[in-house]
Amino acid sequence: MNAEEWQIVWFTAWVSALSTLVILPIGLALAWALARRNWPGKSIVETLVSLPLVMPPVATGLMLLKLFGRRGPIGGFLHDHLNFDVLFTWRAVLLALSVMSLPLLVRSARVAFEEVNPRLEQIARTLGAGNWRVFCTITVPLAARGIIAGMILAFARALGEFGATIMIAGNIPGKTSTLSLAIFQDVQMGEDSSAFRLLGVSVVLAFAAVWASELLLRRKTP
Amino acid sequence: MSLLLKNIVLPLAHFTLAVDVEVRSRVTAIFGPSGAGKTSLLDLVAGLRRAPSAFIQLDDRVLTDTATGRLVPTCARGIGYVPQDLALFPHLSVRQNLLYGCKSGAAINPLFAFDHVISVLEIAPLITRSVTALSGGEKQRVALARALLASPQLLLLDEPLASLDEPLKAKIIPYLARIRDEFRIPMLCVTHDRLEALTLADEVVVIAGGKVMQAGPTLEVFNRPANPEVAKFVGMETLQPGCITEVHDGLATVSINQTRLTALAPELAATEVFVCIRGEDVMLQREAATASSVRNRLPARIKALRPQGALVRVELDAGFPLFALITRPGCAELALREGDAITALIKTPAIHLVPR
Repeated sequence: MNAEEWQIVWFTAWVSALSTLVILPIGLALAWALARRNWPGKSIVETLVSLPLVMPPVATGLMLLKLFGRRGPIGGFLHDHLNFDVLFTWRAVLLALSVMSLPLLVRSARVAFEEVNPRLEQIARTLGAGNWRVFCTITVPLAARGIIAGMILAFARALGEFGATIMIAGNIPGKTSTLSLAIFQDVQMGEDSSAFRLLGVSVVLAFAAVWASELLLRRKTP
Repeated sequence: MSLLLKNIVLPLAHFTLAVDVEVRSRVTAIFGPSGAGKTSLLDLVAGLRRAPSAFIQLDDRVLTDTATGRLVPTCARGIGYVPQDLALFPHLSVRQNLLYGCKSGAAINPLFAFDHVISVLEIAPLITRSVTALSGGEKQRVALARALLASPQLLLLDEPLASLDEPLKAKIIPYLARIRDEFRIPMLCVTHDRLEALTLADEVVVIAGGKVMQAGPTLEVFNRPANPEVAKFVGMETLQPGCITEVHDGLATVSINQTRLTALAPELAATEVFVCIRGEDVMLQREAATASSVRNRLPARIKALRPQGALVRVELDAGFPLFALITRPGCAELALREGDAITALIKTPAIHLVPR
């Protein structure tokens, strides 16, 4: 493993973990709203959230490219008013990973929230707990297994993301190159030995993530 | 205390709950068959459910008023709720469950101080345990204590004894009575068990099909059902305060006024009891002395005969008011008339003694 390969591994692990943390509050809020509340437009939001799961990742990437480009509605605003660019920087990698892994967290957390007996939350309220305290002390701990499973899934999805990332972040060595992008490029260039080393690292990372989740889940089981 | 439930209209799956009642006693039983809307009513009082129309006032505090849009959130109502499934938090220990709503500081009523509640309900040995390691009766006590520790102004109990078997019921009832007496806290207790209502409640609100059928002091409602429907739920035609004078070999001698009856001794040690006898368990006989296994033979006089469909409700004076339900042909065969002297026979197990 040379320095460049280590940089790729470190960057991929770090940005995947960051994307999982970034989507955690959004994902939990969405999952809770979908599991516990009825509101107009719920089914539309439900569909939108799951869309990246079923659409070709490259197509999702194209949508993000149009939205966050300097002439796009969001990218244009960020560039003109905040002098802030997203595309083809590490932030684009973070954006692609977050969008692609969000559905997995939301689906998993939503099922977990739905399985929490609403009576427990109601009784917590009669004991003087407000909504936020009920959420933090009853709902989330009781749904913890599902939430952790969702986070692991999201992290794993982020580690392997390819299509959307290459569309909006490119494959800039030392800047936006991730494990998947680097392996693809190495194989294209005939550098099989480098590709195999990165493959080995991918296996180790995936194994560690799944193993850690199993440990966590086992400890949570009463 | 006074709990005012006015203009309550809540559509449920099979009927609409429509309630207009004021509760003033310390312990009030919401009494009625399963699926009568009793739990929904408790949920409304606790603010866990919203109704299209409701006015709920506890003492001088308006908790819900749909007319003005006032709705005090559940967490600010100060109403303790022990649901039928108890809803102990499975991921927390007994101690953490107890402390969840526990108020501390100088402002709280010392009656609801941790140590006092723990000692009244005898849960000190359970505190270090996990909730999942408790027995049914222990869970019940922990749930009661948890609700009390939040210093509620009103305690809602949903079928507190329904999930317990008979011996356990006998163990939990004294705790409920202790809560009533020690914490001086008003309780609203949903039940479909008349013995439970009799043991605990000063007042009864009978609900069926979403409507209040009758409300009033327990004895009055049970003795003088307002209509046949209430009479059907109540099920006991005769209900009299009595005294156990002797217990021997599992049999209790109980006296009502001057009349003595033999009944099965109740599981709870008590001398003051209600004597409950169903109308269909009372037999009538013209001749006084024929040999039979029946222990209770009471000379009585017929005060009134009231036909009820295929049956006749016979009102007797046996030293206390006694009611018998017999068939019309049976009545005709004996040629019963008002004022006749007759012997009433009641088998020992048909006499229920309920501690009062």
